[in-house]
Amino acid sequence: MIDPAEVFLQEAAELLEQLEQALLDLEKSPSNNGLINTAFRALHTLKGSGAMFGFERVASFVHDFETAFDQVRKGHASSSRDLIAIALMAQDHIRTLIERPNDADTSVGESILTNLREVLDSSSSRPGGEPKSGRINSDIRNGFDEGKPAASGKTTWHLQFRFDEKVLINGTNPLLLLDELRELGECGVCAITDAVPLLQDLKADVCYLSFDVMLTTEQDRSTIEDVFIFVADNMELSIELVQQIAGTSSFATVPPIDSPNGEQILAETGVASQVVVTKSQQQELRQDQKPAVEAVGDQRGADTAAVGRKDTTVRVPAERVDELMDRVGELVIAQARLSQLAEKSRDLDMKAVAEEIQRLSSGLRDVTMGIRMLPISALFGRFRRLVHDLSRELGKPLELSTAGEETELDKTMIDRLADPLVHLIRNAVDHGLENPAQRAAAGKPPTGHLKLIARHSGAEVLILVSDDGQGLNTAKIRTKAEAQGLISPGQQMSDFEINQLIFHAGLSTTSEVTKFSGRGVGMDVVKRDIEAMRGAIDLFSTPGKGTEITLRLPLTLAIIEGLLIRVGAGRYIVPLSLVEECVELSAADDVRSKGRNFLNIRGELVPFMRLRELFEAKTPADLHQKVVIVSAGEQRIGLVVDQIIGNHQTVIKTLSKLHSEVTSFSGATILGDGSVALILDIPHLVDLGAKDEKNQKNKGKEAA
Amino acid sequence: MQTQSCDQSGQFLMLALADEIFALDATLIREILDPAPVAEVPGARPFLRGVINVRGKVVPIADLRVRFGMNATAFSPDTRFVVLEITLAGEPVTVAIIADKVHDVTGLSLDSMSKAPPIGMRWEPEFIMGIGKWRDDFIIIPDLENVFN
Repeated sequence: MIDPAEVFLQEAAELLEQLEQALLDLEKSPSNNGLINTAFRALHTLKGSGAMFGFERVASFVHDFETAFDQVRKGHASSSRDLIAIALMAQDHIRTLIERPNDADTSVGESILTNLREVLDSSSSRPGGEPKSGRINSDIRNGFDEGKPAASGKTTWHLQFRFDEKVLINGTNPLLLLDELRELGECGVCAITDAVPLLQDLKADVCYLSFDVMLTTEQDRSTIEDVFIFVADNMELSIELVQQIAGTSSFATVPPIDSPNGEQILAETGVASQVVVTKSQQQELRQDQKPAVEAVGDQRGADTAAVGRKDTTVRVPAERVDELMDRVGELVIAQARLSQLAEKSRDLDMKAVAEEIQRLSSGLRDVTMGIRMLPISALFGRFRRLVHDLSRELGKPLELSTAGEETELDKTMIDRLADPLVHLIRNAVDHGLENPAQRAAAGKPPTGHLKLIARHSGAEVLILVSDDGQGLNTAKIRTKAEAQGLISPGQQMSDFEINQLIFHAGLSTTSEVTKFSGRGVGMDVVKRDIEAMRGAIDLFSTPGKGTEITLRLPLTLAIIEGLLIRVGAGRYIVPLSLVEECVELSAADDVRSKGRNFLNIRGELVPFMRLRELFEAKTPADLHQKVVIVSAGEQRIGLVVDQIIGNHQTVIKTLSKLHSEVTSFSGATILGDGSVALILDIPHLVDLGAKDEKNQKNKGKEAA
Repeated sequence: MQTQSCDQSGQFLMLALADEIFALDATLIREILDPAPVAEVPGARPFLRGVINVRGKVVPIADLRVRFGMNATAFSPDTRFVVLEITLAGEPVTVAIIADKVHDVTGLSLDSMSKAPPIGMRWEPEFIMGIGKWRDDFIIIPDLENVFN
């Protein structure tokens, strides 16, 4: 059984996110009623569920917030920048109230509400200010609910609803709901008693009644729906527009024009006697109301579509998906084994089945991976708030543009990417972007521009964070690096190489530590985080033009494409995304390389290392050694191996922590024959090779 | 679990390593396997130089003979892999060890056991939790947490 409070927390987190997005969007288009309504709906649901699950303080704060915000919705106040800022603060306060109720200070909430009211009052009492009452008001009416006809006036709605049998046990009192409906307007209620059983079968705690209500009201559909907000999941409710009566207040009961079924119900339940519109009148009405009816039809279509969408989403705990992935991983291994057996066999049927299973398991693998994939918009969305806050706090007008939000990434990756990206964005805004005066001096527009772009590139996802700020101060980095002894003074280095030093621990170029960045722990942590995800980080900076940081990430952490190689008796996997090409180690290179380990690849010198030596292979070397050329950061390295076996779908298994001191492998996988192959961690392997070489050189010196 | 103190009795798995008999707390044993291909892990500590596939999991295989400085002989028909689940720094870790021969599971009265004598031993005393007698032979109860740290 899932804890209901847990469900609320999850729901609340989503609602708060919705609210935040809506508020931030609202800042850009203040009169967008769709957004105002989204925000309002989120608030309303929060209030309702909060009260239901016993989060009283949340409910009461949200209630006050909602009341204030209602003025915006009604068009009495406009959504100014100040209002949005306060609303965002209020949203944070709600989050605190929900997540850490003990830390939440009531006085904070009160001061937020006071501010909110002040801002609202000032915006609504501004003489001749926003064309609020006229335009916005009608906009709201128009945009608010598609179910509401364009012209104002009273509308008659036909409501049919039936509660779940257990609704009484859950503490709902249908009579109160009916009272609430009556408050909305003139209301004719008919209880349908068909389902009431004989007395001996009657259970006192079961609700047998369903209701048929004709409601004439000035309110719109969503207000009516709101009456049922807490029981909506436990009831069947249909709300149909019957007729709109402009300027009249008379109570008219008209069966739904386009629903013969409704007429039938009414007749059955005795309401038919109240029907005052004859068939021919209906015919006329039909003509008059055509647009309205169409609108209703559309609305209903949209509703059904929305319901359909709702039903197709299933919330599943992440662990279950992980478990599914594990199982699929094992299936892929077993299938590889089967394929291997089938290859040896002469049985055609068996071969056919093996192929079929291969096809199925690779399909299953893709689907399962797909389940874990989330669009990166989930991540980018969070940063809009961050950028908004940074921009206000630092007084740097700032525009964030994002692209490629639909790019999908493994959920675990999305979670683990959040921190590094926050660091990068803070750095960009705090260090990269100049303040408006500096920008003006540099001849740039006052508003800084920050770009977040995600896109696919082969088996990788690239995430670009770029700003149009001042770029890195290469000279300053150099001085600092020299002061810290990272490089020797006067060492020959390109600007590019110097810039890469900012990924070194302890190197931060701002002199003072700000709230946002400058502690010098940022970039090296970012690099480590990204590398832990088998990703890479590239940095390009142009002085005066800006900085561009590219994160290159694998699509998933669970399965990679690998190149299976053999060194001595051991088999290893090289991640295929890092492999550039494979060449044969010519006898000439082999002999010559005793002195220097370089290959000439189309005119470019590529250093290589012999994995046999590194792994201390004891078996005799193969006659024709191969070189796998991999990219390690900016350079290309050749790995000399005995044999290249081929592509391998690699299900990654982590190494035991007993092997935590072994850095040259990032994991292991199980091959088709059931044996284990280790996955090479190329960057670490290259480091290891470099150290090894140094040691040997030193030894050589000592010997001499 | 393997830190079980020496003053109770319990079920122990007897296994031979080179010419010595070791006793392992039977509650730690997950399974006993026939030798399977071992993938070498270059760069790992000498006694932990391989990994094996145990039902789809990659499990390190330890050669305690190397750890205890004994002669490591080639696999014989009696060689078995004993898969254990031990606790290291509060976390469960699955590890396999090579046994030259697995005897049986025996109830041992731990009263007959003594702490490792500080002298007269060729092994480091912290690897050994106690020494006992079984069928006129001396048996060694290793302190697995120290052995694997």
